Amino acid sequence: MQNFKKMAFLLPALWLSTGVWAQQKLLPQGSEMLFVSKQMGVPVEGRFQKFDAQLRFDPQRPEASQVRLTVDMASATLGVKEVDAELPKPVWFGVAKFPQASFESTAIQRVKPGQYEVKGKLSIKGATQELTVPVTFSQADASTTAVGSFVIKRLSFKIGDNEWADTSMVADEVQVKFKLNLSGMPKI
Amino acid sequence: MTAHPNPSTVRYSGVAIFLHWLLALAIVVLFGVGWYMTSLGFSPLRLKLYNWHKWAGVAFFALSALRLLWRLAHRPPALPARMLQAMPSWQQRAHHGVHHALYLLFFAVPLLGWAYSSAAGVPVVFLGLLPLPDLLAADKVLADVIKPWHALAAYTLGALILLHVAAALKHHWVDADGLLVRMLPGRG
Repeated sequence: MQNFKKMAFLLPALWLSTGVWAQQKLLPQGSEMLFVSKQMGVPVEGRFQKFDAQLRFDPQRPEASQVRLTVDMASATLGVKEVDAELPKPVWFGVAKFPQASFESTAIQRVKPGQYEVKGKLSIKGATQELTVPVTFSQADASTTAVGSFVIKRLSFKIGDNEWADTSMVADEVQVKFKLNLSGMPKI
Repeated sequence: MTAHPNPSTVRYSGVAIFLHWLLALAIVVLFGVGWYMTSLGFSPLRLKLYNWHKWAGVAFFALSALRLLWRLAHRPPALPARMLQAMPSWQQRAHHGVHHALYLLFFAVPLLGWAYSSAAGVPVVFLGLLPLPDLLAADKVLADVIKPWHALAAYTLGALILLHVAAALKHHWVDADGLLVRMLPGRG
């Protein structure tokens, strides 16, 4: 009887946690998307204030899982008014023509418990590149946090071309660091 | 003729003379670049000048420390007794006061600039290679408070230097007392 009661309680929970993709959501609160560029050797940190994700993540079947991330490029800020006014311009993000950047997973692999390798296509400013991103999950209570980082070459996406193409001024490598606060994730 | 104090016997040391003129030139360049760069719009030139200004400021700060140490170890020649007798006491006080204030500002101006950069969230990386510690944690509000003080201290330094130059030229041309020769390079 005792066991039956437990089962009756657990079953719906089990069903909820594995079956309903729509429950998996990115919570803006507690999530961040940072980018660090180097200007004449000085690391300068910026952030995207608006981004979202569509998730269908099953830790037991990573190969069947899918992740799509979109970043609102107009939401980029370095915290300096004059610089923020420049970022949307065609020479940098070209926000009018390319309002969103996206990452779409093509293959997800488990490396070890809590660690996955997400292969996918990164599209920024009309250019698309293959990318592999290591992602580490941590869970506490009902919340799941996914963190990771990767490096892109800004010039291959034509970010800061023309007079800004000189990499001794602004380095080609830009590090992107993210922390995603996810809800509705199953136990990982 | 023999009653005249021979300037060669009371000259500053070679190191003091070298640092005096090197840092005098540095102040003129730092002031000019600082004044010009703040008038520029967002551009590679602005970014370049800001960094050069910071690098030069760091070098100026370090050389000023060296200069102060040298001065403490090698007392500068006292004013000739004849000159001291001719100076009203307020002039003697002004003579010492201006020199003390100059030295104070040699450190205050670069430190305020460094503190401003730190507070603005932009670490100083000397020559683009050597990251210096942040004097303050990043705090935009504090940065806005410090910024005008860096400028104000620089303008005060500029004003005191004009006074210093005017007094030196007065000694040279009006009093024709040979005082300036003590600080001129070359063989005395």
